[in-house]
Amino acid sequence: MPEQLAFTIEVFMNGLMAGVLYALVALGFVLIYKASGIFNYAQGVMALFAALTLVGIMEGQVPFSHLINAILGTEVHHFGWHVPAFLAIVLTMVVMIVLAYCVQRFVFRYLVGQEPIILFMATIGLAYFLEGVGDLMWGSEIKTLDVGLPQGINVWIDEFTFEATGYGFFIDNLDIVASIVAAILVIGLVMFAQYTKQGRAMRAVADDHQAALSVGVSLNFIWILVWSLAGFVALVAGIMWGAKSGVQFSLSLIALKALPVLMLGGFTSIPGAIVGGLIIGVGEKLFEFLIGAPFLGGATENWFAYMLALVFLVFRPQGLFGEKIIERV
Amino acid sequence: MERDSVKDQADSYVTEDGRTIGPTVMEMKNITLRFGGVEAIKDISFDIREGEIRAIIGPNGAGKSSMLNVISGFYVPQEGEVWYKGAQRPPMKPYQVAQQGIARTFQNIALFEGMSVLDNVMTGRLTQMKSGLLAQSLWKGKAEREEVENREIAEKVIDFLEIQAIRKTPVARLPYGLKKRVELARALAAEPTILLLDEPMAGMNVEEKEDMSRFILDVNDEFGTTIALIEHDMGVVMDLSDRVVVMDYGRKIGDGSPHDVRNNQEVIDAYLGVAHD
Repeated sequence: MPEQLAFTIEVFMNGLMAGVLYALVALGFVLIYKASGIFNYAQGVMALFAALTLVGIMEGQVPFSHLINAILGTEVHHFGWHVPAFLAIVLTMVVMIVLAYCVQRFVFRYLVGQEPIILFMATIGLAYFLEGVGDLMWGSEIKTLDVGLPQGINVWIDEFTFEATGYGFFIDNLDIVASIVAAILVIGLVMFAQYTKQGRAMRAVADDHQAALSVGVSLNFIWILVWSLAGFVALVAGIMWGAKSGVQFSLSLIALKALPVLMLGGFTSIPGAIVGGLIIGVGEKLFEFLIGAPFLGGATENWFAYMLALVFLVFRPQGLFGEKIIERV
Repeated sequence: MERDSVKDQADSYVTEDGRTIGPTVMEMKNITLRFGGVEAIKDISFDIREGEIRAIIGPNGAGKSSMLNVISGFYVPQEGEVWYKGAQRPPMKPYQVAQQGIARTFQNIALFEGMSVLDNVMTGRLTQMKSGLLAQSLWKGKAEREEVENREIAEKVIDFLEIQAIRKTPVARLPYGLKKRVELARALAAEPTILLLDEPMAGMNVEEKEDMSRFILDVNDEFGTTIALIEHDMGVVMDLSDRVVVMDYGRKIGDGSPHDVRNNQEVIDAYLGVAHD
């Protein structure tokens, strides 16, 4: 097999893996948008916040330590214990559920029935608030997150492909894990939405508030549930991103790549978020490798996704899987 | 009218047609509802008895829909008491009222447009589902039995209302008359103690109205469901209902059997207008 082709395939594979991470963030957007019509700008920051909290808990950091030290003149930074990864993940999830409750109780409860743009503005506020709180709670330095996921080149794939094609593929173990986790997550979410009482109630609320009330569904409960689910997805995304490139505040910017993913996949489709993520991931890597680097001077990865989204907006505004927009006169 | 004023709470009651209906299941006592300075309902009291078809009629703007919204918890009255199954009901959210066994339909149809007919009817079973989250997503044991049971009831209702042919059709594609029927099916699937119908015949042609009337009567007959309905079409109501409340400008101007109500001078005036000289 010619070197160039093998290399292209490897780039393709790595694109798929990067796409999985985009898809994970996009999934959180879709969940909230479907159930409440809120476009949650804060989803990326939620992933960051979840990752920060996870690292903080694992390392036994004292939350708000800078604030406490500044006020009381003390020097506390760590509790001096280390929490095992699994327990820390559970505790972080509890924090995300509390966050979901607070968001519903103190923000969106007062905005029911408002224009979508107002809800959107509220989530922008939420994003900055959460970023600030994350900074204040856990500090702004870059942290490494190690929950024990396998990392580094997958030797088995490397050897296998070397024997078969004469060229060893470099696939990161972490990416493989991320893909498997994403797949489980999506299947889980779809099962939840299709087969459970709460899932059915969730779909009901997404469709019609009044009708949902009339069949005995509490809107408040469902919204808290949905924000908790989005918090859970954010946590998973935060773990994967954090393990890959460290927990840092630029994570919330990377999460903006979920926007073009959503424009491709449609704002209301869970499979759409996945496929959209994969297309963006593969697209930007292949474009960089085949066209960007040789002809355009490189660094196309930063804008390729947005350009693709623009093209989609012109030709298929509802996305690949979105509900068709029909306007009756 | 006279016979009605003799309130006999515990006992059953025989209507003009010779139908026996049960004791009082819901009672509204001196309900007053205001929107700002407007009194939509003024000091109205009436009861609903078990197994009857109770109609609330009146011209446009009489406050009928407001009354229904008070019963189903969408509006909370400023004054008055709602008694349900012998106990006073505290102010409640609509979903809590639904969980208590009061199902309703809407004047402007509130269906889950994105779901199929069957899924819509299944949402009517939501209040009846008990098994745990994990069991449900894994679909095992109790959860599976429950799902099968709920499905059976949903299918029975679908059969009953003759919408088998469109079971899998997304609701958004259905014509108006069928949507009304699907909404009735969803409410019925909850096996409600009281079924509230908000203008079930609104916007229908004569044939559709006849169909709907037949279904309402059959539901009452077959399942013994207590039905309270709102209608402004006098003719339809008179044929359907056991007892009728008449409202006008938020006041109650008549209460009794269809025959009594039809001969009530105040009701005639409200519907036909009065000559002012």
